[in-house]
Amino acid sequence: MKQPASEAQQGGPDAAPAADAAPVPLTKPAGKTPGGSGSRPPLGLRLDFRTLSLLGVLAVLIIVGGATKPDAFLATSNLQLVLTQASIIGVVTVGMTFVITSGGIDLSVGAIVALASVWATTLATQEYGFAGILFTAIIVGLACGLVNGVLIAYGGMAPFIATLAIMASARGLALLITEGNTQIVTLKSVLDLAARDSYILGIPPLVIIFAVVTVVGWLLLNRTTFGRRTIAVGGNAEATRLAGIDVRRQRLYLYLFSGLCCGIAAFMLIVLSGSGQNTNGNLYELDAIAAAIIGGTLLSGGRGTIVGSVLGVLIFTTITNIFALNNLQSDVQQIAKGAIIVAAVLVQSRTARHGEA
Amino acid sequence: MPETSRRGLLFGTAAISAGAFLTACTSNEKKDEPAANDEPAADDKPGKPVTIGFAGPQADHGWLNAINDNARNQAKKYSDVTLDITEGSNDTAAQIGQIDALINKKVDVLVILPADGKALTQAGLKAMRAGIPVINLDRIFADPQAFRCYVGGDNYGMGVNAGNYIGEKLKDKAGATVIELSGPDSLELTKQRTQGFDDALANYPNIKKVARQAADFTVESGQAKMAQLLQAQSKFDALWNHDDDQGVGALRAIDQAGRDGFLMVGGAGAKSAMDAIKADNSVLKATVLYPPIMASSAIDLARALGQGKGVSGMAGLEIPAQVTLFSAVVDKTNIDEYLPQGFS
Repeated sequence: MKQPASEAQQGGPDAAPAADAAPVPLTKPAGKTPGGSGSRPPLGLRLDFRTLSLLGVLAVLIIVGGATKPDAFLATSNLQLVLTQASIIGVVTVGMTFVITSGGIDLSVGAIVALASVWATTLATQEYGFAGILFTAIIVGLACGLVNGVLIAYGGMAPFIATLAIMASARGLALLITEGNTQIVTLKSVLDLAARDSYILGIPPLVIIFAVVTVVGWLLLNRTTFGRRTIAVGGNAEATRLAGIDVRRQRLYLYLFSGLCCGIAAFMLIVLSGSGQNTNGNLYELDAIAAAIIGGTLLSGGRGTIVGSVLGVLIFTTITNIFALNNLQSDVQQIAKGAIIVAAVLVQSRTARHGEA
Repeated sequence: MPETSRRGLLFGTAAISAGAFLTACTSNEKKDEPAANDEPAADDKPGKPVTIGFAGPQADHGWLNAINDNARNQAKKYSDVTLDITEGSNDTAAQIGQIDALINKKVDVLVILPADGKALTQAGLKAMRAGIPVINLDRIFADPQAFRCYVGGDNYGMGVNAGNYIGEKLKDKAGATVIELSGPDSLELTKQRTQGFDDALANYPNIKKVARQAADFTVESGQAKMAQLLQAQSKFDALWNHDDDQGVGALRAIDQAGRDGFLMVGGAGAKSAMDAIKADNSVLKATVLYPPIMASSAIDLARALGQGKGVSGMAGLEIPAQVTLFSAVVDKTNIDEYLPQGFS
């Protein structure tokens, strides 16, 4: 036995050898899940009907934006703005997509972003400079993810309850650290990352981080054993366990990954807003869940799509952008947003049904 | 086996050092804290001892924090005042419980900043009926019988003063345009501020408000909404931002977009905004106060009430029934006077 004894206790007697040594059977449960990106696509993106319908919604939005405010909406600076505003919630949504695909939910993402952004911007942390802030944000994110993962995977708590508890405590801890104050970042090296001068070929660095996280997430979900296991756990956890996969460890890793994404997002938020505040990341959990669901990830687990999630985020950000450019007030914005969620999901499920029939 | 334990050791050590590092990073103590502004109160000699009960909401942002600090510091200035301050709560039921506890302790005067003015009216009435005079701070009760004295800021006046300040600066410019970054639309005070701003701008027919977006008093929302406003309006002459906390984000967005050539006026009076006004190196040239120093005034009034005195400088034998603080505009000309009042 190569694995330590504790491992065998956690995953049942046959879990330890299977976990590392047998990637072959792991592709099986994934292949059986219906539709979506679960089945191995050929090289490049396979444009299924869901993705196409999302692209259609986005295209309609772009036409509306271009028609109502051609000068402001179609400018390069607006494309940069929309992508920048999508980047932070986008990174959180990539992590959320994994968790939801596995049949879980993470309600604590907004609070983790708040805690990480606050912890990483205390005067004490700022003394360690750029690296200190980045390191602290990511470690705090990972630590919160670890607590979530342990509570859910090994403590047997329902994800909804465990992450709800962490949501409350992380916000509380963030408030304790800030004492309600706004912590302003004075480090030029951090602030400059969002400045126009640091755009690379016209692309803001925050958007590049978002793109990297998206590509890594896509590869992880579609091209690795980790992704297959995630889909398998969401499809049928019991069958996955019987197939010899350490389901609990997989769940732990998933919440850790979501925590990591929150840590990265917190750092990006620090760069963009130049501050840390205990109110940061307000309602991120709902935005991320909504984007993932609109994108085509099943709330019950077993199917997940990173491309869909990213398109979901872009749709939301574009809507907000068009509303703001047309000077519509927040009451109208909220009503229309709700209506568009319903419309997008209806259109999507219809197209998908026709496509699969 | 040795392989695993070495890996375990590595991760263990890394985790412990990361933990140690993070623990060291929670501090927000400034290295060289200048001595706090602690001038003695310009008031009469110690009198009858007064116990003041203070119940406020949870101090989850800078302004409320400053309210608590001002109340504490003002009480400390008087040897005859004992301040009994409750743990703040945003929950109406919890705050009613805290006020009940203060009533049972038989404090001499109550200062209440309700989380929700209307919802806590009954708690105010109960205290008044128990013979404890109530000073209602900032968020007003629905029934005037629920307080002996109301002390608060002037949200409408804040908008009026911001509008007039901008109006005076732009009055000679034909076709001037103004935009507004407001607080959350769900709050009544936001409506009052916007109404005041619009009413003041109506005095200047050459000025037109071309856009308004609502942020929600957070830096993050301030940055996001301001970035959108800047994209929507390629040119404008002035901006009024309701709140200096969200103004930190708004200034970030302005900086990131590389925009200038307009006048920005803030609101509330945060220290960061005052520092920027003093430094005079950004578009932020002024801020309209919504002064947390009202908490100090509330303590002064509570003390006078407890000792059965009037207020010095006023002819009345009793303290007034209502005090509304003036929302002064702070700009480069008077910044030094107001800088000590800035809150972080």
